[in-house]
Amino acid sequence: MASISAAAKASAASFAHKKELAAAAPHQHQQQQRAGAAHQGHRRARVGGRVRAVATPARAPRAPASTGSVKAPMTTTEKILARASERARLEPGENVWVDVDVLMTHDVCGPGTIGIFKQEFGDDAKVWDREKVVIIPDHYIFTSDERANRNVDILRDFCTEQEIKYFYDIRDLSDFRANPDYKGVCHIALAQEGHCRPGEVLLGTDSHTCNAGAFGQFATGIGNTDAGFVMGTGKALLKVPPTIRFVLDGEMPPYLLAKDLILQIIGEISVSGATYKSMEFVGSTVESLTMEERMTLCNMVIEAGGKNGVVPADKTTFKYLEGKTSVEYEPVYSDAQARFFSDYRFDVSKLEPVVAKPHSPDNRALARECKDVKIDRVYIGSCTGGKTEDFLAAAKVFLASGKKVKVPTFLVPATQKVWMDVYSLPVPGSGGKTCSQIFEEAGCDTPASPNCGACLGGPRDTYARMNEPTVCVSTTNRNFPGRMGHKEGQIYLASPYTAAASALTGYVTDPRDFLM
Amino acid sequence: MAAAPVFSLTAAAAAAAALAFGPVPTRARSQVPPRRRGTVSLRFHRTRPLTAAAATGGSLSSAAFHGECFVVGDNIDTDQIIPAEHLTLVPSKPDEYRKLGSFAFAGLPTAAYPTPFIAPGEESSRYAVILGGANFGCGSSREHAPVALGAAGARAVVAEGYARIFFRNSVATGEVYPLELADTGASKECKTGDVVTVDLDNSVMINHTSGKQYKLKPIGDAGPVIEAGGIFAYARKTGMIASKSA
Repeated sequence: MASISAAAKASAASFAHKKELAAAAPHQHQQQQRAGAAHQGHRRARVGGRVRAVATPARAPRAPASTGSVKAPMTTTEKILARASERARLEPGENVWVDVDVLMTHDVCGPGTIGIFKQEFGDDAKVWDREKVVIIPDHYIFTSDERANRNVDILRDFCTEQEIKYFYDIRDLSDFRANPDYKGVCHIALAQEGHCRPGEVLLGTDSHTCNAGAFGQFATGIGNTDAGFVMGTGKALLKVPPTIRFVLDGEMPPYLLAKDLILQIIGEISVSGATYKSMEFVGSTVESLTMEERMTLCNMVIEAGGKNGVVPADKTTFKYLEGKTSVEYEPVYSDAQARFFSDYRFDVSKLEPVVAKPHSPDNRALARECKDVKIDRVYIGSCTGGKTEDFLAAAKVFLASGKKVKVPTFLVPATQKVWMDVYSLPVPGSGGKTCSQIFEEAGCDTPASPNCGACLGGPRDTYARMNEPTVCVSTTNRNFPGRMGHKEGQIYLASPYTAAASALTGYVTDPRDFLM
Repeated sequence: MAAAPVFSLTAAAAAAAALAFGPVPTRARSQVPPRRRGTVSLRFHRTRPLTAAAATGGSLSSAAFHGECFVVGDNIDTDQIIPAEHLTLVPSKPDEYRKLGSFAFAGLPTAAYPTPFIAPGEESSRYAVILGGANFGCGSSREHAPVALGAAGARAVVAEGYARIFFRNSVATGEVYPLELADTGASKECKTGDVVTVDLDNSVMINHTSGKQYKLKPIGDAGPVIEAGGIFAYARKTGMIASKSA
């Protein structure tokens, strides 16, 4: 177990753990009304005729969504999997064949997935649905590593051959802006391009695929072999996870971000506290969060071992999706009588900014407790902490301080869209300055080309990779030994507020020092 | 946490007796356990896909693995198993598969693990069994992790628990048996280089160096899948999907 300091324990006292089942999910009625308004009639017709050579169990005669009656209460996750497997009801622990709505892969696991697909289904085989396989080069892009470059070529050849509709290609590595199709970090690209939709099943060859749970979707990471199977059949055998419910209530203090909430939770339940389980986030705080903040929350459920994260879809979700997708979707919600594995409750108004100390995401401490930790660099980027609002948050701290950073501060927008936002959106209260202007005035490095590389210590020539045994405050998701490159490197995971505050002092710093 | 380490359960005792005196229900490449520490260095060279049925009929999962063990701690993540800079290697390409094996456990901190899993200059490992603590394989979904261990020559991981995706990838690829200990403490009591036998039929791991035995949870339905060489091989073998030649 992670060592938790006395102060962190005191902070934890503001939350209560309840084993007994809660009576009702908050605001559920309201949400269902919204759902009904957002969608009428049947879910879209399934494409079932193209699966060859795979014997899957016979289908139930009717879809539960069409019956209108709830015979057995279920959680959101159970309902999504029930519908995807055409079962009237499901219980945690059951193994079911589900129809996959979207399969995502990228340049690190795509070539291996394609290799297995070809090996097992034949050289002439076609993917089960060329509009449901989304391929996003994003990991090792801006590198001279020949094998990394070759892997993107493998993706391109495959997408051409298979006429994959959604392939976000990059050819000109010297200037990512010369590649209009290129998006960047897959999980954020999936959201921005409208591939994350409530009630659906999204599988991806990346553990942070759980990011899409922010949309009230079932989304989880799988390996190459499973993905190769999905690619050929559109089906996956999944075990239904029990759901842990996290009720976050109270007004979010202005110095906290969703990153603080999820680090708080992981510190509480440990890096294996949700292994094989779904984590559903509800409560007034969650309802107040933007889509990007909900993504931060769900992105890191894997760091607690979680299979998937869920935030119930609501008007914030529907608003975000407007104009992003023409696919009909149908949100589902946990029933009032659904059974949860356990309940955790947090009064968010009492929480403080936290970090995860090296070398585990559950090694929680209050940021202010680490004020004597001298740091060498700050990294703001990745699927977890490289979204538009993450940069706006960092800019807010720099703006409030008016000072310059004391350590190298690396900024890697997650996607091309985020990069454009950094260069174009005015930061509130700045008199019209953009994030990029504020970053330049603060002495940060110029925002770099969107990619994942530094977060996981990709090829040696990756921008901002930790090639020396330095100490870094990072808005990323993992601080395992060697994660950002050097085995003796030390990573403090933190919110964009805390990361920016730390950049200004050269020590791990509570952002209240600048924001209050 | 420090539960009693010695299990004198009937099944375990029977397994020990069989291993000590009788013909061992093993795969063809397994060898007779050595009696003294350090006198025999066992190595397993695998060929893929695994097609050999168990040497003795009966249960589909009838197999035992024998050799030296490599001991690691709790929460061994996939970055330590295979650092991300090596993920440019594509596991489905045979030469790159082998290369992945040579980097297995390259991410373990040298100070905590002075003995490397792969000896300098070697491509594969001398250790047939990996013994870990809780939450083995946490982190990324990279299938390169079980593949690297399997490609290096490991046959089984024995741990107190697994991160979900690592477990699933191990079964899907058939690269290593992800076996779960029934109790905690084994990874603290055993040392790297101890000679162990993992007996799937009897769900027990025997440490011949220390003389202690550890009960395993049965691998269940995942056993035959791994035995066949992964989900595709299993599906073909059992007729779920058509065989390639058909």
